[in-house]
Amino acid sequence: MLTKRIIPCLDIKDGRTVKGVNFIDLRDAGDPVELAEIYAKSGADELVFLDISATEEKRNTLADLVRRVAEKVNIPFTVGGGISSVEDVDILLKNGADKVSINSSAFKKPDLINELAAKFGSQCITVAIDAKQVNGEWLVHLVGGKVPTDVNLFQWAKEVEERGAGEILFTSMNNDGTKEGFANKALAVLSSDLNIPIIASGGAGTMQHFTDAFIKGKADAALAASVFHFKEIEIKDLKEELRRNGVEVRL
Amino acid sequence: MKIVIIDYGAGNIQSIKFAIERLGYEAILSSDAAEIKTADKVIFPGVGEASSAMKMLKSTGLDKVIPTLEQPVLGICLGMQLMCTYCEEGDTDGLGIFDANVVKFDNKLKVPQIGWNKIYDLKSPLFSGISEGEFVYLVHSFYVKECLETISSTEYGVEYTSAIQKDNFYGVQFHPEKSSDAGEKILGNFLKLEVRN
Repeated sequence: MLTKRIIPCLDIKDGRTVKGVNFIDLRDAGDPVELAEIYAKSGADELVFLDISATEEKRNTLADLVRRVAEKVNIPFTVGGGISSVEDVDILLKNGADKVSINSSAFKKPDLINELAAKFGSQCITVAIDAKQVNGEWLVHLVGGKVPTDVNLFQWAKEVEERGAGEILFTSMNNDGTKEGFANKALAVLSSDLNIPIIASGGAGTMQHFTDAFIKGKADAALAASVFHFKEIEIKDLKEELRRNGVEVRL
Repeated sequence: MKIVIIDYGAGNIQSIKFAIERLGYEAILSSDAAEIKTADKVIFPGVGEASSAMKMLKSTGLDKVIPTLEQPVLGICLGMQLMCTYCEEGDTDGLGIFDANVVKFDNKLKVPQIGWNKIYDLKSPLFSGISEGEFVYLVHSFYVKECLETISSTEYGVEYTSAIQKDNFYGVQFHPEKSSDAGEKILGNFLKLEVRN
């Protein structure tokens, strides 16, 4: 049986990890490669690198990082952040990324999803959607969730699937940073409406939150950053707990 | 030992090269028939769509070369699927090495299957030191039906072939280069297979 995936997310700026990490065994706390290796050994199923740098050298720095990660890490990883063209994706995949994640660029130019799926295959195209519930309706937000649109989350998600995305990474802006759990109701709707895997993001605080995302939210994978970076939750403990709760995981 | 990864423009082959290097070997990327024929081990990767990958193989003449190879050959993911008789994806004939068809997963399931699943009924030196039920990483929408040449099975709505072997030809649906320590072990087992005389 296919297992549920646990995915630590690393924010990257100019080739270095940004969010503070609390790994006393790290030689260099800002080195994404070293952190990635530790996560791979500790049982993470996949990794996501989200590049938030905005420099002109961004493309080269990111490609170089991808290559260094691919050299060392033996689990799959996704790269996202500012990817807006077929050429961007080509460079990242050629350097060893397994998947890319696109967000605002897909919303602004939905044909990009079709182009990427046709050229590289759906399996390596993740579309990230940030959404916020406003007066009862889930609306897509852009620029890291800061800019609202009037487009409905579920409608956009369906379109994303039809255009050929292989997977959706859904972040609830209502839940992100709260540590009070994932947006399970919206997740469950997405998971039932769509035929591609859904990654839950935003709100992880406790191990129970992950169980809820998988059982109540029917998510296929769950992504989190700070609870892992600050060692509030160890991946091995989390997976043992999930298994006790009847969620299939790789242990 | 000379290891050649067939480079015909399909997919993420850097990761396979890096995994081989982590195991302490070197690998060459090549689309040159002479180079491939003289290798001790050949890896036939592939990510993407079946009919366009077959077109790329035909345009380089590699579709004629691969089935005649005599050294151990390992097809990975789409590479394995292309070694079969027929692929439903893009309605294309494959290389016909394995006597099996490749069909799409039931649309009641989430497709592609993305993630870690178990391999069992392991029947090959490829799995030496690997436990029944070991986890491997898979990403695919089409699968090879079970057949006489199946050497490991996996369950996703249906029991299907996750690895296959006929003579010197091996195929794995999963990505050994992305399947953590178990994947590296399987890749290492392939590289240690006896070389023809």
